[in-house]
Amino acid sequence: MKTFKIEHRTNDGFEVLDLFGELDAHTASQLEESLKNLISNKKSNIIVNFRELDYIASAGLGVFMAYIEDVRTIGGDIKLSNMNDKVYNVFDLLGFPTLYDIFDDERQAISKFLSDS
Amino acid sequence: MNNTVTYQKAIKAATANLADVRLFVSKHAREHGFSIEDIADIQLAVDEACTNIIKHAYKFDDSKKLTVELEFDGDQLIIILTDHGVGFDTGSYKKPDLKKQIEKKKRGGMGVFLMRNLMDEVTYSEKNNKNILRMSKQRS
Repeated sequence: MKTFKIEHRTNDGFEVLDLFGELDAHTASQLEESLKNLISNKKSNIIVNFRELDYIASAGLGVFMAYIEDVRTIGGDIKLSNMNDKVYNVFDLLGFPTLYDIFDDERQAISKFLSDS
Repeated sequence: MNNTVTYQKAIKAATANLADVRLFVSKHAREHGFSIEDIADIQLAVDEACTNIIKHAYKFDDSKKLTVELEFDGDQLIIILTDHGVGFDTGSYKKPDLKKQIEKKKRGGMGVFLMRNLMDEVTYSEKNNKNILRMSKQRS
């Protein structure tokens, strides 16, 4: 099992969180902290890159549900990118693609932010 | 002739043990020829079930224990989760209304939906102060 971790960087002025390992009810609080930090610093254009995430349980999806309204209220969004099929399936089963922007690649998320603004 | 093979694992009711349970389940499912896709479904269903027990039945009291039992019988895997906490009826579920939940900043309620979606059959019973959740999956 790979340990869960989050790395924060910026790309073209957008906040990017890279997720690694397995996101479950135990590790979801780390993601929650990262998102809370960004929001409290008024950083609201957020991309979460799932490239290195191997696994997600509903507790992980719950974090995105809990913060998306806060972010959108201050004019931003949380866009999701680079999910493997297994991870995407969980989002899909629960109906996320109709309410969240989910992209194959981080660059597409950036383009969407730019075209929305 | 009875060819049932069973494995059992007891864990303390802490979310820190979820990764161990996933490993336990995937190792044996792989040994018994389940596909990568099936294993992913089974792992997630068991994870969601254990998370519900830890959260709702035991309210994060990690002095409590839960048991995961795997029964391989031919092409079928039966998973039995047992706890002694507060009962939780998995029959009373519906697909979560994501839009409404987001508006109300309400999370949760997704675990049971996933379990029922990913497994062929999910049943729940209470007997002698024990909650027994039984899930089955046919090898594809």
